[in-house]
Amino acid sequence: MHRIPWGLLIFAGLAAGPFIPLVQTFVLENNLGSTLPSLFIGAILGLALNVVLGNAGQLHLGIAAFYGIGAFTMAILQVAIYPFQWGFWPALLMAALVSAFIGIVLSSPTLRLRGDYLALVTLGFGVITITLLRKFDEITGGKQTLNPIPTPKLPEFLTSPYTWWDNKSLLNLLELGDDWSKEYRLFYFLTLGFLAAIYWLLRNIERSRLGRAWLAVREDELAATCMGINAARMKLAAFALSAGIAGLAGGLYAVKTGTTNEPTYFDFSLSVTVLCAVILGGLGSRNGVLLGILFINGFELILAPQLDSYLQKLNFNPEGKNYLKFSNWKLMIFGLALLLMMRFRPYGIIPERRANRG
Amino acid sequence: MFPVLLASLDTSVLINICINGLVYGFLYALIALGYTMVYGIVELINFAHGDLFMLGTMLVWTFVGVVAVGVAPGSFLAILIILGMLIAVPIFCALLNAGVDVAIYRPLRTAPKLAPLVSAIGVSFVFMNIGQVWGGSQDVNIATLIPDNNLLGADSSINLSGTDVLIMAVTIPVMIMLTLFVKFTSLGRAMRATAQNPVAAQLMGIQVNRVISVTFLIGGSLAGVASVIYALKVHTVNFQMGFQNGLYAFTAVVLGGIGNIPGAVVGSLIVGMVYSLASGYADNLWATAMVFLIMIIILIFRPQGILGARVREKV
Repeated sequence: MHRIPWGLLIFAGLAAGPFIPLVQTFVLENNLGSTLPSLFIGAILGLALNVVLGNAGQLHLGIAAFYGIGAFTMAILQVAIYPFQWGFWPALLMAALVSAFIGIVLSSPTLRLRGDYLALVTLGFGVITITLLRKFDEITGGKQTLNPIPTPKLPEFLTSPYTWWDNKSLLNLLELGDDWSKEYRLFYFLTLGFLAAIYWLLRNIERSRLGRAWLAVREDELAATCMGINAARMKLAAFALSAGIAGLAGGLYAVKTGTTNEPTYFDFSLSVTVLCAVILGGLGSRNGVLLGILFINGFELILAPQLDSYLQKLNFNPEGKNYLKFSNWKLMIFGLALLLMMRFRPYGIIPERRANRG
Repeated sequence: MFPVLLASLDTSVLINICINGLVYGFLYALIALGYTMVYGIVELINFAHGDLFMLGTMLVWTFVGVVAVGVAPGSFLAILIILGMLIAVPIFCALLNAGVDVAIYRPLRTAPKLAPLVSAIGVSFVFMNIGQVWGGSQDVNIATLIPDNNLLGADSSINLSGTDVLIMAVTIPVMIMLTLFVKFTSLGRAMRATAQNPVAAQLMGIQVNRVISVTFLIGGSLAGVASVIYALKVHTVNFQMGFQNGLYAFTAVVLGGIGNIPGAVVGSLIVGMVYSLASGYADNLWATAMVFLIMIIILIFRPQGILGARVREKV
């Protein structure tokens, strides 16, 4: 039986979307232009956490720290006040590598720890990272953040004019502007491209020897070890890959927002939000993770602000009372959603197909 | 940094820092006991425990705001109010904690291992939201009920306030009572049996669910005591403070060995001391990092904690 390639279809739809006039006006009218790339970056971060948590089954509570490390590496390599001023691609690669390296350094001594203890180490690591980022503000900018981070240079083949087409470039052909701050679609395609590439990469890794080894370690570490799998090395690989992808997401975030944001942005609450999204969607299932991110980030970035401004328009809350503001109930909605999910659908909205439901 | 350190190597400063560390240590111990008992019995890191403590302080805030308007610090009435709160707030926290167990954790006893943990995070969010709506997004202030003057005389360089004495006078008996309860009563024995092996305990006729409820009741009431004391000592609370204090307490639990009651107390005293020393000689941010650094080091080199016994992984 032939399966319908849903992933490919959705990706094609997302890529074609901004060229359809109806979609384009909808996006511009609702100011979604800068939100959608953030959503894609969030999805990359979610996939990064899914490697450790979903595939390898290790509870990781400090993913945001790696995201932050990526963002700050990217910034340090690119902003004008430092002598490096690397280009977009080498800096992004470096952000991922630095983050992966720190992931290896963190996880190599802690691999023999059991689930809950490992969770605490990652949590503590997150707190320490934030503290260091805040304390060494001469390097990281601290609260002042590092900015502006330059936008990537568009590649030659997009901008150079073609003589056979009235001297128009590929950008003109696609009717895209070349100003990153005005044309949201540039970041849209950049982040969507990365998301698709990482999704594809993870799909292949999951089906490789490494992915099967992760599954075995997750389901029963002892049995996996007896089968000759080097559990520690597999977990190390998961941590490194996850940290690397998170670092890459952080680098993209820094470039997209043009600043590093202050260090406290990358604290535990961000890690927990990503964790919730991954669990909500379905541990270990990539599609589920994307859906979870769509729900949680979509709620936070799109739905909640829209509802708040809508309520304000209705003049529903003239005295500005705390409990009548929708955004003051966000945590409650998150919390209840988690509780209901765990009660009635503990494997997530889209459960992983090979999950052991014993 | 070094000359500053030398200049402040003054014995009275050190003694003050140690007193402060001890006081915070006892405070964390009250929270930590709730964590460690629950972990010992149902193997759940109860992320909502710190937020339960926060809700307790919110109740203290409301209580003091309603009842203690214009009450002079240190007066007979103030002491009566404190005693009343030391009874009412723990009852509130205990019932809330046990209620959450029955409504949320109990149906998940057979669920996959992550489910209760994630639910605890969910409960923590709900509690935080309640706290946010209750007290608002800003810090709220709690009126002073115990005079802040120095018990050792105004000109003594060593500072010991009435609050500090009260904290030790409350927490030390509570901990002794708890230890005696777990060691010598039949319910305490049932708790230890359930912690060791719930199935075997059930086969021996122990009503496991009731034992778990009692554990949550005790843990919650200790958090309630901690919130009264915290409110009296620190005077400002906000809806986000539960998370950080909960983490310190949890670090203490890990230090002492998860599930180990004396370990939690020892761990808390260490955390309190480290925090106090680091914030005295450096600053608060470094203090937080130090606490977690020590936790990571302990976990790497002695994962069973200082007082914990090495447990072989069950096959």
